[in-house]
Amino acid sequence: MERWSRFNIASVVLGFGFLYLPIVLLVIFSFNESKLVTVWAGFSTKWYGELWHNQGLLDAAWVTIRVALISATCATVLGTLAALALVRYTRFRGRVLFSGMVYAPLVMPEVITGLSLLLLFVAIGLDRGFWTITLAHITFTMCFVAVVVQSRLLSFDQSIEEAALDLGATPVRTFFAITLPVIAPAVFSGWVLAFTLSLDDLVIASFTTGPGATTLPMKIYSQVRLGVTPEINAICTILIGIVAVGVLIASIVTKRREAQRERDERAAFAAIG
Amino acid sequence: MMKSLGSIRRSFAPWADPASKPFISFRNVTKKFGEFIAVDDLSLDVYTREFFALLGASGCGKSTLLRMLAGFEQPTSGEIILDGQNLAGIPPYRRPVNMMFQSYALFPHMTVENNIAFGLKQDGMPKADIAERVAQMLKLVKLEKFARRKPHQLSGGQRQRVALARSLAKRPKVLLLDEPLGALDKKLREETQFELMDLQQQLGLTFVVVTHDQEEAMTMADRIAVMSHGKVIQVATPAEIYEAPNSRFVADFIGDVNLFDGTVASNENGSVRLETTGGIPIRLASPERFANGAKAAAAIRPEKIRISRQPPAHAPINAAEGEIWDIGYLGDMTVFHVRLKDGKVVKASSLNAVRAVEDPLGYDQQVWISFGEDAGVVLKD
Repeated sequence: MERWSRFNIASVVLGFGFLYLPIVLLVIFSFNESKLVTVWAGFSTKWYGELWHNQGLLDAAWVTIRVALISATCATVLGTLAALALVRYTRFRGRVLFSGMVYAPLVMPEVITGLSLLLLFVAIGLDRGFWTITLAHITFTMCFVAVVVQSRLLSFDQSIEEAALDLGATPVRTFFAITLPVIAPAVFSGWVLAFTLSLDDLVIASFTTGPGATTLPMKIYSQVRLGVTPEINAICTILIGIVAVGVLIASIVTKRREAQRERDERAAFAAIG
Repeated sequence: MMKSLGSIRRSFAPWADPASKPFISFRNVTKKFGEFIAVDDLSLDVYTREFFALLGASGCGKSTLLRMLAGFEQPTSGEIILDGQNLAGIPPYRRPVNMMFQSYALFPHMTVENNIAFGLKQDGMPKADIAERVAQMLKLVKLEKFARRKPHQLSGGQRQRVALARSLAKRPKVLLLDEPLGALDKKLREETQFELMDLQQQLGLTFVVVTHDQEEAMTMADRIAVMSHGKVIQVATPAEIYEAPNSRFVADFIGDVNLFDGTVASNENGSVRLETTGGIPIRLASPERFANGAKAAAAIRPEKIRISRQPPAHAPINAAEGEIWDIGYLGDMTVFHVRLKDGKVVKASSLNAVRAVEDPLGYDQQVWISFGEDAGVVLKD
């Protein structure tokens, strides 16, 4: 084991402190007894209890989760199809333009995406609310899914699809029996990415929302303007918990799969020798 | 009475019989990728139960030809007939051919069993029949113990067998093999060559194999099509290809060859006299007649050239003096490079039939090379 120099210790502490100190503070103060956010008055979980009686926050959370579920699922379907088209049909006219257009929202300022979607919804006379937020989220998360799935497809051995066709499977069957199962992990991580992006989006949701459709980030933001309450800290802590658990599960699953694969490969080679 | 496999093979020559109908016909097939012509106005016949090899360097169009037969590519012009049926417009999943891919293309998320069963399931075969056929295939490729494994739990040779079993499971009329042994090491490759040949005989199938390995093609195939730049240069049995190549390209591509360039001096009954640029008078038996004064070359394989210390009786015809320039000892045989007076280096190989030779040939030794009138062929320039 290498010895850690002071410089290394200092840089690690500084880096992690910079990243996690605000979050740690937030979590700590969510267990604060006092109503004043900045004054510690002893440990308590009462704000978590209060949360269950705050109908406004609960409604917002429910809206957020529904938006995230629907938009992530639709974005995953559309993004996967876009990635397939981009990787497979390399010779169609305007491919460069098309791929550029799919990725544009990645770098597009959210304000512009939000504003342009708002203009569109107004122009076509769509009542703003739950569905306009969902549509907007599909639009901006789709390209993230496309990027994730595309990078998987680039290392995909296309001859296995040809083999399936050769063995009598129609193109549709080939897609569902061969292509999709093989790229499923990438599609799933695309979905998780889209889900979390939708979960914490504030800007685009604010532009495209209407009466009766308030997402959690919007609710939190509007309440914070009236002053930070320990309740907000509590709900944020729960959000952090959900995201952390999700990330943990995802990484454990991939780690396990890799380890299993390595073991299998070693076993196979041992069998030859 | 049981006929041995060997005797079946020996008597098998449907291409020589004008009454037999080809099983697969390529008729004036051309395939262009943009400006690039991959297959150029090619016509070719393959017969039932034939083990047919497409041989050529990479980029010669052999794989494209195979992919057109499988249905992954459509010919730009011309037609492909299989068992009397024009294949134009028939998608790969409706063709009675199966392919074994160079990369094996095993489905990574399925067990060996399910890989083999995949094609049968597409046909809607009853479950019990599928299980029976899969078991039969596993037995055929000796992988019964590995039925439940995933492809990444197998060695390269085992994967190759799974790929073979999967492509044979549907009992296709034709099996297409794209560089089937390319990913195996030399020893395994040699074993597998003979296994493939036995399997093809046993199942009575038509095999079309693409390979760049001439040894592989020579060993396995009934006939070989030597391809270059999208064209077939020669189609013949391995022995004909080797002993009677129809062009300098084929002579040079298959095995080692010594080419003596020259002009035709005269045609005598059944043989041609050549005056080579190096000044050696050559007389070779030739069914073909050449115009006097025409440019031609004599192609003679190294193993048909004799080396002696004394001039042969027929000298100076088909004989030349030189010195030993290089000696390559390969164990089973020795290759000599003999430098002639005009500077041309001739390769001659001799079998090491005895373990130790008294007074072996050494470097810089003056020797004669010579060959018989039936040792080679005369090729047009």
